[in-house]
Amino acid sequence: MPDTKTYIVPFAVLGVLLLLCFFGNISLGSVSIPFKDVFNSFVGDLTENQSWHHIIHEYRLPKAYTAIIVGSGLGVSGLLMQTLFRNPLAGPFVLGITSGSSLGVALVIMGASIFGGTLAGVLTSKWSIVIAASIGGFVVLLVVLIMSNRVRDTMALLIIGLMFGSMTSATVSLLSFFSTAEELQLYVFWGFGSIGNLTWDELFVLFIIYAIGIIISMTSIKTLNTLLLGENYAKSLGLNIKRSRLLIIISTSLLAGTITAFAGPIIFIGLAIPHMTRQIFNTSNHKILLPAVFLFGAIVMLICDSIAQLPSSDLTLPINAITSLIGAPVIIWLLVRKRKMMF
Amino acid sequence: MSLLEFMKKNESHIVLKTEDLVIGYNTKKAKSIIASNINIELHKGELVGLIGANGIGKSTLLRTITGVQRKLSGHISINNTLLENYSNLSLAKALSLVLTESLTSKNLTVFELVALGRQPYTNWVGNLSDKDLQTVNTCLHQINIDDLKHKKCYELSDGQLQKVMIARALAQDTDLIILDEPTTHLDMYHKAYILKLLQRLAKETNKTILFSSHEIDLAIQLCDTLIVMSDNSVITGQPCDLIEKGTFDNLFPKDFIVFDNKTGSFRVKK
Repeated sequence: MPDTKTYIVPFAVLGVLLLLCFFGNISLGSVSIPFKDVFNSFVGDLTENQSWHHIIHEYRLPKAYTAIIVGSGLGVSGLLMQTLFRNPLAGPFVLGITSGSSLGVALVIMGASIFGGTLAGVLTSKWSIVIAASIGGFVVLLVVLIMSNRVRDTMALLIIGLMFGSMTSATVSLLSFFSTAEELQLYVFWGFGSIGNLTWDELFVLFIIYAIGIIISMTSIKTLNTLLLGENYAKSLGLNIKRSRLLIIISTSLLAGTITAFAGPIIFIGLAIPHMTRQIFNTSNHKILLPAVFLFGAIVMLICDSIAQLPSSDLTLPINAITSLIGAPVIIWLLVRKRKMMF
Repeated sequence: MSLLEFMKKNESHIVLKTEDLVIGYNTKKAKSIIASNINIELHKGELVGLIGANGIGKSTLLRTITGVQRKLSGHISINNTLLENYSNLSLAKALSLVLTESLTSKNLTVFELVALGRQPYTNWVGNLSDKDLQTVNTCLHQINIDDLKHKKCYELSDGQLQKVMIARALAQDTDLIILDEPTTHLDMYHKAYILKLLQRLAKETNKTILFSSHEIDLAIQLCDTLIVMSDNSVITGQPCDLIEKGTFDNLFPKDFIVFDNKTGSFRVKK
């Protein structure tokens, strides 16, 4: 697809914004650290204040990186889903991938007591939660994919996704009936979403899988553009539909699955970011959209996190509350203003 | 030139050929045959119309020829290569389509949409080479839609959109272009316009253009060859020969309309 317009200016603005938000995110928090010192800390200059240095490197930096990964990863996976399912309402959340992850985590956290004994300790470790969430997300995505072959109507798929959501909540309430208060609390807190408590090791693992997902999505740019014509046309243009679809699905589940696994179910970002991006970049060309969604997702997530930190206070709000509070009105506003969701 | 050489030369001009083709659906329980004994030979630069009543199997035939649906038996070859020997990509370079389904995304510009026709030739990320850009511009010019170039597809009328879809198929640079009912939803003027356009394209580009249509009188006037599907046969021939043979008389039940040989069109019974 040709770049009939160049988008250098908006990309430059987004790039600068990302840097600003990145440093802003690090500088804001319960302890406010001036921009200058944040910057110095990066250059390697030991700041006058040793504790600031510690806060930045052990806490805020991993959090900011996580925010970038979460925002860009979920945004990109939402974009992939919207194009693949030819539906502007698609996203990892709507299609039940997040529900699948939640179910996996619920089974591990709250099912642990059922297995009992030594196994319980193994099961509730961070890594088993991560694996459970990934498997849960992937299974749901596969089911959705099989369904998408059976039912041609995309609306049916969304309903199937919603059904997964209610099945998840039903199973969770059943499990919570039998589980301890401690386990329940663990699950609920996971459900709030959190990008603040990743260690460098965890961040490293998240980054590797995320990078694979992003690379696959980049190799799918041409495929995604072809899919804009509909599957029959795409096939007539020589596209191997089954293989391309599988690649897109794998990319999405790697991105959405692992992000949900490490940061909890962050909602709305996957759905809202692609639409917000289309407002700025009025194009369907994924060669433009994909990097734009990537940058925009990262920026929005950094801003959401900065707000959730409630600057200069000790409180931290659940990140999910912030993303929904920003995401939902934006979607409504877009619908009312444009009357139609273009994609 | 010996006779053999002549035949070989002639053979190479056949773009689409079917031999004893049987089309239909293969379900677990039984075969349901929709049409059989289909022998078609389409040559370079021909405009070919496929006509027949609703439900007679025009779409099934087109779906089978384009490889969307499996044939029941017989042979289909495009440019002397059997259809089943084509890979997805090589088929995309031999055969392009204009379908009835609406576009998934109408947020594309006309230029972007036509440029998607170059996909079989572009690299992994879909970058257009200078040659691709040139081809796209030529195609836009051939269809007279240069001025629509930067418009978004949702801004277009049905007639304009159909022209854009034809330009896209043209940009795919294939010997054979197949269109499924390209004139539905169009008014009388645009029906004639589109078919006239197809006729000109076939002549100018020497491509073979096959389309299905219900515009029998227009097809009779414009096509080089007609494929007429009726209940028990698939007949191919030049329009005037078919009129003489009375092929159109059996196209529809005779209770309401009759074919008038003099005007080459159907008349309502008074």
